Amino acid sequence: MRISLGRFVPGDSLIHRADPRTKLIWTIVMMVLVLMCSSWWQYLTAAVFVIGCFALSGISFKYILMSLRPIMLLLAITVIFNLLFFKGTDVLFTLGALTVYKEGVLQSVKTIIRVSLLIISASLLTYTTSSVAITDGMESLMRPLAKIGFPAHEVAMMMSIALRFVPTFADETDKIMKAQAARGADFDSGNVFKKVKSYIPVLIPLFVGAFKSAEDMATAMESRCYKGGKGRTRYKVLKFSSADLIMLIVTLVFTATVILLKYVFKI
Amino acid sequence: MSIVLENVTFTYMPKTPFEKTALNDVSLSVESGEFTAIIGHTGSGKTTLLQHFNGLLMPDKNKGSVYVDGEKITKKNVRDVRMKVGYVFQYPEHQLFEETVFKDIAFGLKRLKLSDEEIKERVLAAAKTVDLDEALLERSVFELSGGEKRRVAICGVLVTNPSYLLLDEPASGLDPAGKREIMKLLKSLNDRGMTIVFISHSMDDVAENARRVVIVNDGGIGLDGTPYEVFKNRELLTSWGLDVPEVTKLFDDLRIKSGLDIPHVITISEGVKLVEKLKAEGRLKL
Ligand SMILES: Nc1ncnc2c1ncn2[C@@H]1O[C@H](COP(=O)(O)OP(=O)(O)OP(=O)(O)O)[C@@H](O)[C@H]1O
Ligand SMILES: [Mg+2]
Repeated sequence: MRISLGRFVPGDSLIHRADPRTKLIWTIVMMVLVLMCSSWWQYLTAAVFVIGCFALSGISFKYILMSLRPIMLLLAITVIFNLLFFKGTDVLFTLGALTVYKEGVLQSVKTIIRVSLLIISASLLTYTTSSVAITDGMESLMRPLAKIGFPAHEVAMMMSIALRFVPTFADETDKIMKAQAARGADFDSGNVFKKVKSYIPVLIPLFVGAFKSAEDMATAMESRCYKGGKGRTRYKVLKFSSADLIMLIVTLVFTATVILLKYVFKI
Repeated sequence: MSIVLENVTFTYMPKTPFEKTALNDVSLSVESGEFTAIIGHTGSGKTTLLQHFNGLLMPDKNKGSVYVDGEKITKKNVRDVRMKVGYVFQYPEHQLFEETVFKDIAFGLKRLKLSDEEIKERVLAAAKTVDLDEALLERSVFELSGGEKRRVAICGVLVTNPSYLLLDEPASGLDPAGKREIMKLLKSLNDRGMTIVFISHSMDDVAENARRVVIVNDGGIGLDGTPYEVFKNRELLTSWGLDVPEVTKLFDDLRIKSGLDIPHVITISEGVKLVEKLKAEGRLKL
């Protein structure tokens, strides 16, 4: 099995130990913050904060690159479009019918920074928080919504089950592909249609297995008296500590800085 | 004719915090015609080792190579190798997918571009080998019993006439009758000249059937020899989380308790003969 985007990397840093709710709020605030940025100073502030938190988590910076790899293509396309179609005043150079403006280049750089910061903040959450903790945190944050009829517990339970099965299905896919390859299946050659067709021998056993696992899981949950979120107690109780408070305050300070830069100092 | 592993090292998920070296500098060769069992405790690397035999896994870069009939397995020839070296996965019935048993068995033949006639011939022949009722061939694969499914799955590998057959715990999860049938099938395939290498957790099955036993221990080869040689090392095997056949333990205890000078015994038929002999010699009174 390959390591995939956002897989939990166990550790014992301040960020790892923080309450998942803090980290969820942090991630949402970071995303809004990054989307708000427009000037270089604002980007710098946001970047310092995001990278700083990453450094605090003790996770190797290699993982930043790893999390960015899947979106490289998307980034490249965005940059090309920005370069080609952004109309400005400062002509950098002309190539036939194409004119590249200095503003276009700057805009591309900003896009790269923006998308990267978004991905890095999201992956910091998933690198430092196990999926169980994330769903626990979500359930806890969504609890007020339950008052107006939102199925907070059910949504969280569905998410945690789905997340729980991702690695299982990845392993299972790997195993079935190998098994079919062992009896001569070919997943690489031929045109697109042939390739899609060649995955049928993988998909059918995978689905049959998935339905069976779902059934087993339901039986297992029922036989342990699962009957929804009402009256359920927790083994791991979420605790909001002073470290969480400090983390939120620091987040607030950085957010305020960006807002001040943007709306008051206008730089 | 042989499969040769030369100094093979294999790492799962290299260059990540989850890195795990499952095989460490393993060299092993299996000659044509062998009937070999691979045993070892859970997680020792048996499956990883076996999957190297037909290129389902390849050694780490520059850390060893695998040769099948003298030819090194590479990305290019690996699909041809797999026609020659069949592999039956653990719980192979989980990989069935076609609408009918017949089609599922024929899946492996697709690549060979045979005529419908030839395909039918081959499937029927393979079905006969594994003792599969012809009436089952038009049924859906999902309507069969566990044991029938297992035989269909093995049939789907045999249909390409491999000269080597690798099996990962072929008898696990079957009832005693099913187990006996699978072992009988392997034996008859071997009698017909097919090389058999199988992983097993049943020391009794191994002692009764295999002619060579390879013990995998923590990613390396612990012991390698005839069942008789290997099962002499009861203490060593126990320390590796393994065991010796039940009948071996019985005669070990008998030797210690009675003080009689009796040889090591690994199969039940040997044990019966030994008891008869001891009785005839008047050394044992029953
Ligand atoms: N896909 C994988 N990714 C990461 N590690 C793996 C993977 N498959 C196996 N391993 C690890 O490699 C080691 C050897 O595994 P292997 O499957 O070869 O053991 P085994 O001897 O077949 O065990 P068992 O008797 O349980 O089948 C184990 O420690 C296992 O955790
Ligand atoms: Mg195994």
